[in-house]
Amino acid sequence: MRVRGSTIVMTVYLLFLLVPIYWLMGMSFKSNTEITSSFTLFPDRFTLQNYVTILTDPSWYMGYVNSVIYVVMNTVISIAVALPAAYAFSRYRFMGDKHLFFWLLSNRMAPPAVFALPFFQLYSSIGLFDTHIAVALAHCLFNVPLAVWILEGFMRGVPKEIDETAYIDGYGFLRFFTQIFMPLIASGIGVAAFFCFMFSWVELLLSRTLTAVDAKSIAATMTRTVSASGMDWGVLTAAGVLTIIPGAIVIYFVRNHIAKGFALGRV
Amino acid sequence: MEKVQNNKAWFLVLPVLILVAFSAVIPLMTVVNYAFNDTFGNNQFFWNGLGWFEEMVQSSRLHAALGRQVMFTGIILAIEVPLGIFVALNMPKKGFWASLCLVLMALPLLIPFNVVGTIWQIFCRVDIGLLGRSLAALGVDYNYTNDPFDAWVTVIVMDVWHWTSLVALLCYAGLRSIPEPYYQAARIDQASRWSIFRYIELPKMSGVLLIAVLLRFMDSFMIYTEPFVVTGGGPGNSTTFLSIDLVKMAIGQFDLGPAAAFSLMYFLVILLVSWVFYTVMTHIDTQEYR
Repeated sequence: MRVRGSTIVMTVYLLFLLVPIYWLMGMSFKSNTEITSSFTLFPDRFTLQNYVTILTDPSWYMGYVNSVIYVVMNTVISIAVALPAAYAFSRYRFMGDKHLFFWLLSNRMAPPAVFALPFFQLYSSIGLFDTHIAVALAHCLFNVPLAVWILEGFMRGVPKEIDETAYIDGYGFLRFFTQIFMPLIASGIGVAAFFCFMFSWVELLLSRTLTAVDAKSIAATMTRTVSASGMDWGVLTAAGVLTIIPGAIVIYFVRNHIAKGFALGRV
Repeated sequence: MEKVQNNKAWFLVLPVLILVAFSAVIPLMTVVNYAFNDTFGNNQFFWNGLGWFEEMVQSSRLHAALGRQVMFTGIILAIEVPLGIFVALNMPKKGFWASLCLVLMALPLLIPFNVVGTIWQIFCRVDIGLLGRSLAALGVDYNYTNDPFDAWVTVIVMDVWHWTSLVALLCYAGLRSIPEPYYQAARIDQASRWSIFRYIELPKMSGVLLIAVLLRFMDSFMIYTEPFVVTGGGPGNSTTFLSIDLVKMAIGQFDLGPAAAFSLMYFLVILLVSWVFYTVMTHIDTQEYR
């Protein structure tokens, strides 16, 4: 009896999650006339025209390329600087450590809206405006603190005796860190990379403010589907579906760590 | 774990420090600069002291936006936290269905914010949306572009759709860490379902639950893209939250001084509440490790 109850709850909840996504996908396979003139649950005349439009027009598909470039750059930078810092926070007490940790976290709390304009001016003045690295660096604002926080949680679970044994065995810090310690927290690194990817991928405000043409992100590209002939719903929804796919792939790879990852290693 | 005192650890933190200082402190100084100065353009500034702050503190526009923001955050926390716990309790424990549920539930979290807005826009529109059309067919007078109440319901349902899974996944991780003997002991004591939840599951979840509430508080307090795409802050100003108002002021009207003063106060409010959460959280952490 109890099993059936929970099955019903989960079915209802998953339906609630999936029906809007289904509607988006269904609409992406319809032509614009079908969307606006008739109301159908399934596409009447199944068409791939919307996807063809996106995949053959550089101003569309370059949006995806640009997004992927800055997201990957951001993930690599965030993890690279967060690893040693997280190690320091998890192993040592040092002057001002608690204040520093909170200051880092406070950047995760800063509303991007506060930083949009200053970022624009900062990157314009040093000539980085409309480059991938500008967006990648800007996204570090909230991804680095998060990566440090997650990695610190995972590293705390590794007993300190391992460090000490390695040092006694004559390992230097660098060799110990890359050859022994990093494999031990590999799942933690994966989870942190997943979160950096996720938050950089979904962010719109900063990536739109910091790019114009050359590095324009897909999120910003999507805001231009209003044309003289009205909204281009078909292409807009097709673009939306294509933005979900990278996320779905990434989720599939980390599915076994997802629960622990969401708890930031703190269970 | 007992930590060693070692001030050389600063060298390990240095890269993060430089990077975050570059991307946080310099822009923040610009904001502070604008907040205390006035300008007629041409990069010429003169001191305005606390003028902008006084103007903003008395501004009814800010009060209204803040009121709406607090109400929004309150409502979504009140819905998402209990609902998330409830869903987590009902999730399958292991096997294929557990993985499937995890993957499907994580899906909304990885959709770009503006696509989330687009999904709900096309889902709720009266002319082409499934929900809008269905409600109209049922005779419900629903139109989120005209009616403030409908707009609010839409934005809240959208946020519940988008973020409840985060709370649920966190709680699920917490539940998975409870050893089976706890439940066996409870069964021997013939504990009711409620007392198992109240005295075993809830205390074990409190740590992750706090993270969930903290993340949800921060993110909902700075929500911008989703309501902006769906309602554009309207009808009227009814769904103009703090971030939307701020972007309107700073980039739309280019009122840099007031916008900067507004930003600083906005940031301070978030900082203060988050500090309270963080202190409670680290307190729980240290108790657990004792």
